[in-house]
Amino acid sequence: MNRREVVSILCSKRENLLIVSGLGSPTYDVHAAGDSDKNFYLWGAMGGAAMMGLGLSLARPDNSVLVITGDGEQLMGLGALATIAVQKPKNLTIAVLDNEHFGETGMQKSHTGHTVSLTSVAKASGFPVALDLITMSDVIKSHDKLLNNENLTFLNIKVSTQQVKRSLPILDGIEIKNRFKRSIENTEI
Amino acid sequence: MDSDTKNKNGINWEKDIFDAFKFANIKQVPYVPDAGHSKVIDMVHSDPDMNPIVLTTEEEGVASCCGAWLGGDKSVLLMQSSGVGNCINMLSLLSNCNFPFVTIITMRGEFGEFNSWQVPMSSATKGSLRLMGLNVQRVEQKEEVGPTVNAALYSAYSSDQRIAVLLSQKLIGRKKW
Repeated sequence: MNRREVVSILCSKRENLLIVSGLGSPTYDVHAAGDSDKNFYLWGAMGGAAMMGLGLSLARPDNSVLVITGDGEQLMGLGALATIAVQKPKNLTIAVLDNEHFGETGMQKSHTGHTVSLTSVAKASGFPVALDLITMSDVIKSHDKLLNNENLTFLNIKVSTQQVKRSLPILDGIEIKNRFKRSIENTEI
Repeated sequence: MDSDTKNKNGINWEKDIFDAFKFANIKQVPYVPDAGHSKVIDMVHSDPDMNPIVLTTEEEGVASCCGAWLGGDKSVLLMQSSGVGNCINMLSLLSNCNFPFVTIITMRGEFGEFNSWQVPMSSATKGSLRLMGLNVQRVEQKEEVGPTVNAALYSAYSSDQRIAVLLSQKLIGRKKW
Protein backbone atom coordinates (compact mmCIF):
# COMPACT_ATOMS: atom_id res chain seq x y z
CA MET A 1 0.00 0.00 0.00
CA ASN A 2 0.99 3.60 -0.51
CA ARG A 3 1.68 5.21 2.88
CA ARG A 4 0.11 8.53 1.95
CA GLU A 5 -3.15 6.89 0.87
CA VAL A 6 -3.24 4.89 4.11
CA VAL A 7 -2.61 7.94 6.31
CA SER A 8 -5.09 10.06 4.41
CA ILE A 9 -7.80 7.48 5.18
CA LEU A 10 -6.77 7.25 8.86
CA CYS A 11 -6.91 11.05 9.21
CA SER A 12 -10.22 11.53 7.38
CA LYS A 13 -13.48 12.41 9.21
CA ARG A 14 -11.38 12.80 12.33
CA GLU A 15 -13.65 15.03 14.42
CA ASN A 16 -11.80 15.43 17.72
CA LEU A 17 -9.22 12.73 17.06
CA LEU A 18 -5.84 13.60 18.58
CA ILE A 19 -2.83 12.42 16.59
CA VAL A 20 0.78 11.92 17.68
CA SER A 21 3.15 11.20 14.79
CA GLY A 22 6.54 9.48 15.06
CA LEU A 23 9.63 11.19 13.68
CA GLY A 24 10.53 10.99 10.00
CA SER A 25 8.12 9.85 7.33
CA PRO A 26 5.06 9.33 9.57
CA THR A 27 5.27 13.00 10.63
CA TYR A 28 5.45 14.03 6.94
CA ASP A 29 2.58 11.67 6.07
CA VAL A 30 0.31 13.09 8.79
CA HIS A 31 1.14 16.63 7.66
CA ALA A 32 0.46 15.71 4.02
CA ALA A 33 -3.00 14.46 5.05
CA GLY A 34 -3.83 17.99 6.28
CA ASP A 35 -2.27 20.16 8.95
CA SER A 36 -4.23 20.40 12.21
CA ASP A 37 -3.64 21.90 15.64
CA LYS A 38 -4.65 18.48 16.95
CA ASN A 39 -1.54 16.89 15.42
CA PHE A 40 1.50 16.56 17.65
CA TYR A 41 4.39 16.13 15.23
CA LEU A 42 7.49 14.51 16.69
CA TRP A 43 10.75 15.41 15.01
CA GLY A 44 12.89 13.46 17.46
CA ALA A 45 12.52 11.51 20.74
CA MET A 46 12.73 8.24 18.80
CA GLY A 47 10.87 5.45 20.58
CA GLY A 48 8.59 7.85 22.46
CA ALA A 49 5.56 8.28 20.18
CA ALA A 50 3.44 5.46 21.60
CA MET A 51 4.19 6.52 25.18
CA MET A 52 3.19 10.11 24.45
CA GLY A 53 -0.04 8.64 23.14
CA LEU A 54 -0.46 6.66 26.36
CA GLY A 55 -0.09 9.68 28.65
CA LEU A 56 -2.45 11.67 26.44
CA SER A 57 -5.09 8.95 26.19
CA LEU A 58 -5.14 8.42 29.96
CA ALA A 59 -5.53 12.16 30.50
CA ARG A 60 -8.32 12.48 27.89
CA PRO A 61 -10.47 9.36 28.21
CA ASP A 62 -13.27 10.89 26.13
CA ASN A 63 -11.02 11.73 23.18
CA SER A 64 -9.77 9.19 20.67
CA VAL A 65 -5.99 9.19 20.40
CA LEU A 66 -4.12 7.84 17.37
CA VAL A 67 -0.37 7.33 17.26
CA ILE A 68 0.97 7.01 13.71
CA THR A 69 4.57 5.89 13.61
CA GLY A 70 7.04 3.72 11.70
CA ASP A 71 8.41 0.24 12.26
CA GLY A 72 11.85 1.56 13.23
CA GLU A 73 10.44 4.01 15.77
CA GLN A 74 8.21 1.37 17.35
CA LEU A 75 11.02 -1.18 17.45
CA MET A 76 13.01 1.30 19.54
CA GLY A 77 10.07 1.48 21.94
CA LEU A 78 9.17 -2.20 21.97
CA GLY A 79 8.81 -2.19 25.76
CA ALA A 80 6.19 0.54 25.42
CA LEU A 81 3.82 -2.05 23.93
CA ALA A 82 4.09 -4.00 27.20
CA THR A 83 3.58 -0.85 29.29
CA ILE A 84 0.58 0.28 27.23
CA ALA A 85 -1.04 -3.17 27.28
CA VAL A 86 -0.95 -3.13 31.09
CA GLN A 87 -2.82 0.22 31.12
CA LYS A 88 -5.26 -0.73 28.32
CA PRO A 89 -6.80 2.67 27.53
CA LYS A 90 -9.77 1.99 25.26
CA ASN A 91 -9.36 5.28 23.42
CA LEU A 92 -5.83 4.61 22.13
CA THR A 93 -4.81 3.19 18.74
CA ILE A 94 -1.18 2.61 17.79
CA ALA A 95 -0.80 2.44 14.00
CA VAL A 96 2.60 1.42 12.66
CA LEU A 97 3.37 2.14 9.00
CA ASP A 98 5.54 -0.88 8.43
CA ASN A 99 7.72 -0.69 5.32
CA GLU A 100 10.21 -3.11 6.89
CA HIS A 101 13.01 -0.58 6.43
CA PHE A 102 14.71 2.39 8.05
CA GLY A 103 13.53 4.77 5.34
CA GLU A 104 15.18 7.96 6.57
CA THR A 105 18.69 6.60 6.83
CA GLY A 106 19.35 4.75 3.62
CA MET A 107 16.66 2.08 3.47
CA GLN A 108 18.42 -0.51 5.58
CA LYS A 109 16.16 -3.49 6.24
CA SER A 110 14.58 -3.39 9.74
CA HIS A 111 13.72 -6.26 12.07
CA THR A 112 10.20 -6.49 10.66
CA GLY A 113 11.77 -7.25 7.28
CA HIS A 114 13.58 -10.14 8.93
CA THR A 115 11.79 -12.14 11.61
CA VAL A 116 9.84 -9.77 13.86
CA SER A 117 6.06 -9.33 13.85
CA LEU A 118 5.05 -6.24 15.82
CA THR A 119 1.45 -7.46 15.74
CA SER A 120 2.50 -10.66 17.52
CA VAL A 121 4.45 -8.64 20.09
CA ALA A 122 1.39 -6.46 20.70
CA LYS A 123 -0.86 -9.51 20.95
CA ALA A 124 1.48 -11.32 23.32
CA SER A 125 1.75 -8.17 25.43
CA GLY A 126 -2.02 -8.14 25.92
CA PHE A 127 -3.45 -5.74 23.33
CA PRO A 128 -7.10 -6.84 23.00
CA VAL A 129 -7.01 -5.95 19.29
CA ALA A 130 -3.82 -6.37 17.24
CA LEU A 131 -4.14 -6.62 13.47
CA ASP A 132 -2.00 -6.78 10.36
CA LEU A 133 -3.55 -4.58 7.68
CA ILE A 134 -2.57 -5.66 4.19
CA THR A 135 -5.21 -4.12 1.91
CA MET A 136 -6.96 -0.75 1.66
CA SER A 137 -10.23 -2.39 2.63
CA ASP A 138 -8.54 -3.56 5.87
CA VAL A 139 -7.51 0.04 6.49
CA ILE A 140 -11.02 1.36 5.81
CA LYS A 141 -12.53 -1.22 8.19
CA SER A 142 -10.15 -0.24 11.00
CA HIS A 143 -10.69 3.46 10.31
CA ASP A 144 -14.43 2.97 10.85
CA LYS A 145 -13.71 1.85 14.45
CA LEU A 146 -11.12 4.52 15.23
CA LEU A 147 -13.51 6.89 17.01
CA ASN A 148 -15.48 4.21 18.88
CA ASN A 149 -13.12 3.98 21.88
CA GLU A 150 -14.08 0.33 22.33
CA ASN A 151 -10.66 -1.28 22.65
CA LEU A 152 -6.98 -0.53 22.91
CA THR A 153 -5.88 -1.30 19.35
CA PHE A 154 -2.63 -2.03 17.56
CA LEU A 155 -2.52 -1.83 13.76
CA ASN A 156 0.49 -2.96 11.78
CA ILE A 157 -0.03 -1.52 8.31
CA LYS A 158 2.14 -2.92 5.55
CA VAL A 159 3.24 -0.11 3.23
CA SER A 160 5.64 -0.04 0.29
CA THR A 161 9.07 1.58 0.28
CA GLN A 162 7.99 3.80 -2.60
CA GLN A 163 9.45 7.30 -2.14
CA VAL A 164 6.96 10.11 -1.59
CA LYS A 165 7.48 13.85 -1.59
CA ARG A 166 8.41 15.32 1.80
CA SER A 167 5.64 17.34 3.41
CA LEU A 168 7.18 19.27 6.27
CA PRO A 169 5.16 20.60 9.22
CA ILE A 170 6.38 23.30 11.59
CA LEU A 171 9.60 22.39 13.35
CA ASP A 172 9.26 24.57 16.44
CA GLY A 173 8.42 22.16 19.28
CA ILE A 174 7.11 24.89 21.55
CA GLU A 175 4.66 26.04 18.89
CA ILE A 176 3.61 22.44 18.16
CA LYS A 177 2.98 21.95 21.89
CA ASN A 178 1.18 25.25 22.52
CA ARG A 179 -1.19 25.04 19.59
CA PHE A 180 -2.02 21.39 20.40
CA LYS A 181 -2.76 22.19 24.04
CA ARG A 182 -4.80 25.28 23.17
CA SER A 183 -6.86 23.31 20.67
CA ILE A 184 -7.86 20.61 23.13
CA GLU A 185 -8.48 23.02 25.98
CA ASN A 186 -10.97 24.77 23.69
CA THR A 187 -12.72 21.52 22.81
CA GLU A 188 -15.78 20.39 24.72
CA ILE A 189 -16.28 16.66 24.40
CA MET B 1 2.66 5.93 59.77
CA ASP B 2 4.96 2.94 59.53
CA SER B 3 7.27 2.82 62.49
CA ASP B 4 10.24 1.77 60.39
CA THR B 5 9.98 4.85 58.20
CA LYS B 6 9.46 7.26 61.05
CA ASN B 7 12.82 8.43 62.28
CA LYS B 8 13.45 9.86 65.69
CA ASN B 9 12.40 13.33 64.53
CA GLY B 10 9.01 12.02 63.46
CA ILE B 11 9.68 12.58 59.76
CA ASN B 12 8.03 10.16 57.32
CA TRP B 13 9.58 11.39 54.10
CA GLU B 14 7.77 8.90 51.88
CA LYS B 15 4.43 10.15 53.16
CA ASP B 16 5.66 13.71 52.65
CA ILE B 17 6.36 12.92 48.96
CA PHE B 18 2.91 11.41 48.54
CA ASP B 19 1.27 14.38 50.29
CA ALA B 20 3.11 16.74 47.92
CA PHE B 21 1.71 14.70 44.98
CA LYS B 22 -1.81 15.06 46.36
CA PHE B 23 -1.38 18.77 47.01
CA ALA B 24 -0.20 19.29 43.41
CA ASN B 25 -3.02 17.12 42.02
CA ILE B 26 -0.67 14.61 40.39
CA LYS B 27 -2.66 12.10 38.31
CA GLN B 28 -0.14 9.88 36.51
CA VAL B 29 2.90 8.32 38.19
CA PRO B 30 5.09 6.35 35.79
CA TYR B 31 7.86 4.43 37.51
CA VAL B 32 10.61 1.89 37.27
CA PRO B 33 10.64 0.43 40.77
CA ASP B 34 13.32 1.06 43.32
CA ALA B 35 13.40 -0.06 46.93
CA GLY B 36 13.70 3.60 47.94
CA HIS B 37 10.47 4.46 46.10
CA SER B 38 8.55 1.34 47.15
CA LYS B 39 6.38 2.96 49.84
CA VAL B 40 5.44 5.90 47.59
CA ILE B 41 4.60 3.45 44.79
CA ASP B 42 2.34 1.52 47.20
CA MET B 43 0.59 4.73 48.26
CA VAL B 44 0.04 5.71 44.61
CA HIS B 45 -1.44 2.27 43.89
CA SER B 46 -3.81 2.67 46.85
CA ASP B 47 -5.10 6.05 45.69
CA PRO B 48 -8.15 5.86 43.41
CA ASP B 49 -7.39 9.28 41.92
CA MET B 50 -3.88 8.37 40.78
CA ASN B 51 -2.76 6.20 37.92
CA PRO B 52 0.48 4.29 38.56
CA ILE B 53 2.19 3.25 35.30
CA VAL B 54 4.80 0.51 35.57
CA LEU B 55 7.44 1.00 32.85
CA THR B 56 9.87 -1.34 31.14
CA THR B 57 12.47 1.43 30.90
CA GLU B 58 12.67 4.94 32.28
CA GLU B 59 12.57 6.94 29.02
CA GLU B 60 9.04 5.68 28.43
CA GLY B 61 8.05 7.81 31.42
CA VAL B 62 9.61 10.97 30.00
CA ALA B 63 7.39 10.63 26.92
CA SER B 64 4.26 9.66 28.86
CA CYS B 65 4.63 12.66 31.19
CA CYS B 66 4.66 14.96 28.14
CA GLY B 67 1.59 13.30 26.64
CA ALA B 68 -0.20 13.49 29.99
CA TRP B 69 0.49 17.21 30.32
CA LEU B 70 -0.80 17.85 26.79
CA GLY B 71 -4.04 16.22 27.89
CA GLY B 72 -4.22 18.18 31.14
CA ASP B 73 -2.81 15.66 33.65
CA LYS B 74 0.20 16.34 35.84
CA SER B 75 2.74 13.54 36.34
CA VAL B 76 5.89 12.65 38.23
CA LEU B 77 8.42 10.07 37.03
CA LEU B 78 10.00 7.86 39.70
CA MET B 79 13.27 6.07 39.03
CA GLN B 80 16.69 5.29 40.46
CA SER B 81 19.94 6.88 39.38
CA SER B 82 20.87 4.08 36.97
CA GLY B 83 17.74 4.93 34.95
CA VAL B 84 18.90 8.44 34.15
CA GLY B 85 21.30 7.08 31.56
CA ASN B 86 18.43 5.37 29.78
CA CYS B 87 16.59 8.68 29.44
CA ILE B 88 19.18 10.96 27.85
CA ASN B 89 17.88 11.34 24.29
CA MET B 90 14.23 11.34 25.40
CA LEU B 91 15.02 14.32 27.65
CA SER B 92 15.52 16.33 24.45
CA LEU B 93 11.72 16.24 24.08
CA LEU B 94 11.48 18.38 27.22
CA SER B 95 13.84 21.11 26.05
CA ASN B 96 12.68 21.11 22.43
CA CYS B 97 9.08 21.70 23.46
CA ASN B 98 9.62 23.34 26.86
CA PHE B 99 7.49 20.77 28.66
CA PRO B 100 7.14 20.96 32.44
CA PHE B 101 8.63 17.87 34.06
CA VAL B 102 9.45 16.49 37.49
CA THR B 103 11.34 13.31 38.29
CA ILE B 104 12.29 11.98 41.70
CA ILE B 105 15.44 9.91 41.61
CA THR B 106 16.69 7.65 44.38
CA MET B 107 20.47 7.51 44.40
CA ARG B 108 22.41 4.27 44.35
CA GLY B 109 26.16 3.94 44.22
CA GLU B 110 26.87 6.29 47.11
CA PHE B 111 26.69 5.69 50.85
CA GLY B 112 27.46 2.09 51.79
CA GLU B 113 26.76 0.77 48.28
CA PHE B 114 27.62 -2.92 48.11
CA ASN B 115 27.33 -3.15 44.32
CA SER B 116 30.11 -1.31 42.51
CA TRP B 117 28.25 -1.67 39.20
CA GLN B 118 25.91 1.08 40.44
CA VAL B 119 28.73 3.58 40.88
CA PRO B 120 29.56 4.87 37.36
CA MET B 121 26.02 5.98 36.48
CA SER B 122 25.47 7.29 39.98
CA SER B 123 28.56 9.48 39.67
CA ALA B 124 27.33 10.80 36.32
CA THR B 125 23.67 11.33 37.32
CA LYS B 126 23.74 14.97 38.31
CA GLY B 127 26.03 15.98 35.43
CA SER B 128 23.98 14.09 32.84
CA LEU B 129 20.74 15.73 33.95
CA ARG B 130 22.33 19.18 33.94
CA LEU B 131 23.80 18.64 30.48
CA MET B 132 20.29 17.84 29.25
CA GLY B 133 18.92 21.05 30.72
CA LEU B 134 17.30 19.94 33.97
CA ASN B 135 17.48 21.83 37.23
CA VAL B 136 18.88 19.33 39.76
CA GLN B 137 18.01 19.55 43.45
CA ARG B 138 19.71 17.10 45.75
CA VAL B 139 18.23 16.26 49.14
CA GLU B 140 20.31 14.93 52.03
CA GLN B 141 18.00 15.44 55.02
CA LYS B 142 14.67 13.73 55.62
CA GLU B 143 12.94 16.94 56.65
CA GLU B 144 13.90 18.59 53.37
CA VAL B 145 12.23 15.94 51.19
CA GLY B 146 8.63 17.16 51.43
CA PRO B 147 9.36 20.86 50.93
CA THR B 148 11.75 20.15 48.04
CA VAL B 149 9.27 17.93 46.17
CA ASN B 150 6.49 20.40 46.86
CA ALA B 151 8.55 23.29 45.51
CA ALA B 152 9.68 21.28 42.47
CA LEU B 153 6.09 20.45 41.52
CA TYR B 154 5.01 24.04 42.03
CA SER B 155 7.84 25.47 39.92
CA ALA B 156 7.51 22.91 37.14
CA TYR B 157 3.77 23.16 36.72
CA SER B 158 3.41 26.89 37.33
CA SER B 159 6.14 27.93 34.89
CA ASP B 160 7.19 25.03 32.64
CA GLN B 161 10.42 24.10 34.42
CA ARG B 162 12.23 20.77 34.30
CA ILE B 163 13.36 19.59 37.70
CA ALA B 164 15.04 16.44 39.01
CA VAL B 165 15.00 15.82 42.77
CA LEU B 166 17.78 13.48 43.85
CA LEU B 167 17.29 11.61 47.12
CA SER B 168 20.71 10.70 48.50
CA GLN B 169 21.46 7.11 49.43
CA LYS B 170 22.29 8.20 52.95
CA LEU B 171 18.79 9.58 53.30
CA ILE B 172 17.13 6.45 51.91
CA GLY B 173 19.35 4.10 53.81
CA ARG B 174 21.78 1.44 52.67
CA LYS B 175 20.17 -1.35 50.72
CA LYS B 176 19.61 -4.24 53.12
CA TRP B 177 20.47 -7.80 52.11
